[in-house]
Amino acid sequence: MRWITARRRHPAAGFAVVLLMLVAIGAGYAAISGPGAASASAPAADQREIAKGQDLFAANCSTCHGLEAQGTAVAPSLIGVGAAAVDFQVSTGRMPSAGPAAESARKDLAVPFASKKYGEQYIHDVAAYVQSLGGGPTIPSASQVSTAGASVAVGQQLFIANCAQCHNFVGAGGALTYGKYAPALTQATPTQIYEAMLTGPEAMPVFNDTTLSPENKRNIVAYVVETRSEPNPGGFSLGRIGPVTEGLVAFLGLLFFMVLAALWITAKQGKTKPNE
Amino acid sequence: MSTTKALEGVGGFLDDRFRGAKGFRTFFRKIFPDHWTFLLGEIALYSFIILLLSGTFLTFWFQPSMTDVIYHGSYTHLDGVRMSEAYASTLHISFDVRGGLLMRQIHHWAADLFMAAIFAHMLRIFFTGAYRKPREVNWLIGIVLLTLGLLEGLFGYSLPDDLLSGAGLRITEGVMQSIPVVGTYLAFFLFGGAFPGNVIIPRLYILHVLLIPGLILALITAHLFIMFHQKHTQMPGKGRTEQNVVGAPMYPYFMAKTGAFFFFTFAALALAATFAQINPVWLYGPYTPVAMSAGSQPDFYMGMLEGALRVMVPWEWNVAGHTFSFNVFVPALLPLGAVFTGAALWPFIERWVTGDKRDHHINDRPRNAPTRTGIGVAVMTFYGVLWLEGANDVIADHFDIALYTTTRIAQVAMFVGPVIAYILTKRICLGLQRKDLHLLEHGVETGIIRQLPSGEFTEIARPLSEEERAKLVARTQLRGPAELEAVDENGIPAPATRGAIGKVRARLNTILTESVELTPTNGHGGNGHGGNGHGAGEPARAAVPAGGPQEISAGAGPAASPAVSGGGGAGAVGGAGAVGGAGAGTDGGVAGHSGSADPGSPGDPGPDGPVQ
Amino acid sequence: MSEISGHGEPNGSPAEAGGSHPGPRRVIGTPPPAEARTLLGTGLPDGPQPPPRELPAGPEDPRKAKLAERIVAACFILAMLAGIGFIAAYIGLPVHTVDAVLRSNLALGTALSVAFLGLGVGATIWVRHLMPDVELTEARKPMASTPEDRAAFAETFAEGADASQFVKRPLLRRTLIAATLPLAVAPVVLLRDMGPLPGTSLRHTVWKKGTRLMEFVTYQPLTPADFSSPGGMVTVIPEGYEYDDDELAKAATIIIKFRPEELEKPTVLNWTVDGIVAYSKICTHLGCPASLYEQTTHHILCPCHQSTFDAPRGAQVIFGPAARPLPQLPITTNAEGYLVAQSDFHEPVGPSFWERG
Repeated sequence: MRWITARRRHPAAGFAVVLLMLVAIGAGYAAISGPGAASASAPAADQREIAKGQDLFAANCSTCHGLEAQGTAVAPSLIGVGAAAVDFQVSTGRMPSAGPAAESARKDLAVPFASKKYGEQYIHDVAAYVQSLGGGPTIPSASQVSTAGASVAVGQQLFIANCAQCHNFVGAGGALTYGKYAPALTQATPTQIYEAMLTGPEAMPVFNDTTLSPENKRNIVAYVVETRSEPNPGGFSLGRIGPVTEGLVAFLGLLFFMVLAALWITAKQGKTKPNE
Repeated sequence: MSTTKALEGVGGFLDDRFRGAKGFRTFFRKIFPDHWTFLLGEIALYSFIILLLSGTFLTFWFQPSMTDVIYHGSYTHLDGVRMSEAYASTLHISFDVRGGLLMRQIHHWAADLFMAAIFAHMLRIFFTGAYRKPREVNWLIGIVLLTLGLLEGLFGYSLPDDLLSGAGLRITEGVMQSIPVVGTYLAFFLFGGAFPGNVIIPRLYILHVLLIPGLILALITAHLFIMFHQKHTQMPGKGRTEQNVVGAPMYPYFMAKTGAFFFFTFAALALAATFAQINPVWLYGPYTPVAMSAGSQPDFYMGMLEGALRVMVPWEWNVAGHTFSFNVFVPALLPLGAVFTGAALWPFIERWVTGDKRDHHINDRPRNAPTRTGIGVAVMTFYGVLWLEGANDVIADHFDIALYTTTRIAQVAMFVGPVIAYILTKRICLGLQRKDLHLLEHGVETGIIRQLPSGEFTEIARPLSEEERAKLVARTQLRGPAELEAVDENGIPAPATRGAIGKVRARLNTILTESVELTPTNGHGGNGHGGNGHGAGEPARAAVPAGGPQEISAGAGPAASPAVSGGGGAGAVGGAGAVGGAGAGTDGGVAGHSGSADPGSPGDPGPDGPVQ
Repeated sequence: MSEISGHGEPNGSPAEAGGSHPGPRRVIGTPPPAEARTLLGTGLPDGPQPPPRELPAGPEDPRKAKLAERIVAACFILAMLAGIGFIAAYIGLPVHTVDAVLRSNLALGTALSVAFLGLGVGATIWVRHLMPDVELTEARKPMASTPEDRAAFAETFAEGADASQFVKRPLLRRTLIAATLPLAVAPVVLLRDMGPLPGTSLRHTVWKKGTRLMEFVTYQPLTPADFSSPGGMVTVIPEGYEYDDDELAKAATIIIKFRPEELEKPTVLNWTVDGIVAYSKICTHLGCPASLYEQTTHHILCPCHQSTFDAPRGAQVIFGPAARPLPQLPITTNAEGYLVAQSDFHEPVGPSFWERG
């Protein structure tokens, strides 16, 4: 008699079979499911993170995105968007969304992601869970978004070529159709900028790594980060949006000042007329 | 004193050769009337001088060349980037020349202030009627200066060859290209071939530093000389008539004041250049025809054109192998062209409509020309709507309005807005005139309440001072001469009103000259209230002969309010100037009150005193 | 000759006549002392007398005037110090970095502003508080000349016209005009060589069969696999023209990746590769690069005047002033798998023009 047949009536036998089958199904599914975009970056999330992420997802995201993230009438499917997309949307506060709107704006992080101690970990957990559902771009590592050694000049040319038509030449933002807009890039972290290029959130096009290489993404990140912190040698920046604010200053500032000067110069000496 | 001896020496030396004593004395004693609005043109003048000074500085370093270079200068964010020499030299001026950025910014702010001041000055001239005879030619010169200023600014900010201004040049080329028959030829000739070519910057440069400034300088000189020769206009007031100028002499008063104003202009521009960054071309990057930034606008004085282009519907005809791009050349030529042509023709149109051929040296208060003021505000509204539309994407982004909605709003507002503005403004002007009439008749309220023996409360009003009175009452007759009246004593229509054009002219005359007549009587009896101060339809003809200098009515003569009140035809714009709204021509000849309630009613002769 | 007269009441004192509103000062004319000097040399005792005095000699209140004088002096001294500061800042503060330029601009600009403000404020206080208020009157004449002057001019003009024979001899007159006409036209003719004739250059771009699509700035060729994420958009230029702005101004193109089932007529599907469609980037309104692509609505928006093109449906215009859709570039892959053009655009790109047809 075989060893295993001899223990077929062992009390733990049933549990062992179930466990075996679960492992087999899991392995088989993993073997046949589509690959996510290859991205040699963050380490694979462990099961604990995925499990925690699933809980968080159920509590905060499933109302709109569906329990399996399959999407509903009000929100798209998240299968295949990848951890990077989730990290971007949640870390900027766009998601969970407050309600239907033309565009989700950057806002304060929602509980529980706002927690100082655990917030970032929770975001990673949800991201890991969504990544596990269908793959997709992963969260870039610190070295991938580091601006050390990146070329701001190349980044400038790439930014002007690919980004400025929506975000304006320094990333001050711009209008899109139907109430949407390309946001200003003043608060985005390097990771968020990278993730946005990689995943193409909402109306933004997707710039995958074969279109815009990781090194060029770094250059763009360097351009945005360096330029927004660059001092304005000419004075106050007036928003860095060009002649619109300059014209306002010319009328409301310069001309108004000159009118005041004219009033002073031509005022009659010290005599005021009654009841004028 | 040795100073005087020195002056005598120099003065004698010059006078021996130029005989200047009499001329200079006249010049020094020339009287300049004083009002703050008269300084608006000076803002433009001094901004222009500052433009010349700062611009000359810039020419010592700027390279007007489109040859490509690789940048290795001080602005490290663009190190290794390919750009034109023009752009590179602009970066050099900004970052490698001491005072260079300051001068660049002073130059650009001065250009903005120059244009803003021209607009303000032009509006002042329009609303006070200072373009009337004998100043029509100066008005035309001013419009040409405005146009030259627009072009000068456009060419100037295109010189650095950056992304923003290069896009503007692309749009200019597209507009030229769309002109029927000759468009492509014009575009190819200007750019020396296909866009962008490599000669446009050097060509714009010579236009910008030599040709147009020369023209502007010559025209400004003519503008000032004409103003000098004809003497400046003056605001209505005591002692001011069409035959004099009241003010302070050129030397030393006006020289000192204008000198102070020049310092203020320079100070304002220096402050702006220190604390408000303008045209940061290093952030825009060098021009490439392959890329574009969101929120791209030209400088504000080109904003109306930009808005017109955005607001237009996509209308294009393709006929027999040729394309009529209405969607381009209509907005590019029509709105601005109409505004400028209308402005240029306005003095002559007004002259034709009113038949007023007299000299005018006293300014109108805007309220005293309600239709003119209404038309001016309507045109400003039209201009303003298109101007805002030029910035519609910035407005949409910052005020959270959907992008297409801003354009739809502008498409409607550009037609509806001026109409509303005209009606509102005209009504406000007429209301202000009624207030003036009330002041004349009743005096100024003092807030002191007094109880009469009869128990009635009344407010004491003090009579106007002579100066206040003079200002309110000094109005030129808007209405033209007899030849424009519909019928003479025998009921025969006047020659000028016959025929279709004559009828149009008469009708326009009625509308244009609509005004509340000042007929200050003693305020109680007579026709001070209600009616128009005359018998029904009875005109007072004598007041206004055609041509020749005219004493302005210093208060007494009842200004005629003829056919206007008499008929329904003139009712186009509402109550034809009837004071107190008791209806036109109803109670001519009625002595005593028609009973409209007001505190100055008969029965309290004492406190008010006769208000003459 | 104009006359200036003081506008005056006999009572010229600063105190007002009873009850009436205090107005500007009036001037009493007083003859100057006999030994008054003129600017043009001391007059002989019996030489021409200078005209009566018109302007007051000084301000009314000496104490207030002294205070005003001190204030004005302080303003001018401040301006002088600021001017020196400007020179010192110029000498002492270097440029060449953004921070240094900021400092230099701030210092130079502040000094300049203070200097001019000091001058302006000082001059204004001087005029308003040290120069006594004055209101004089000058007469105006009508601008038109007197009839006598006009007649005299007309006569001189007519005499000259007669003497010149201009009117009497039409042959002279006409030939003069004929002589000057070609010279008047010549300056316009001289401008002919400002530029070449457009010819057919606006009808074509440099895209040809087999030209590779190179990504702008990185100048890398692309395969469909490189550009496989739906919702992607990137700018491409023809190979070999990396720095030729004249050609790029017509040839710049965008490619957008769709799922193949998303593309509809009038997009020409034969001109696409695996859901990748190529459109001219040059807006058909006025030539701005139109590449604001919204992944969700599939709109291409031109940021200049908001012309909007529907990308999956042949870039038809759905809003804005553009009258024609963006031309589609026929693309395919070459033997090595790179995206290449099949031919040039099938219609002229960019803004319309008269000969476009």
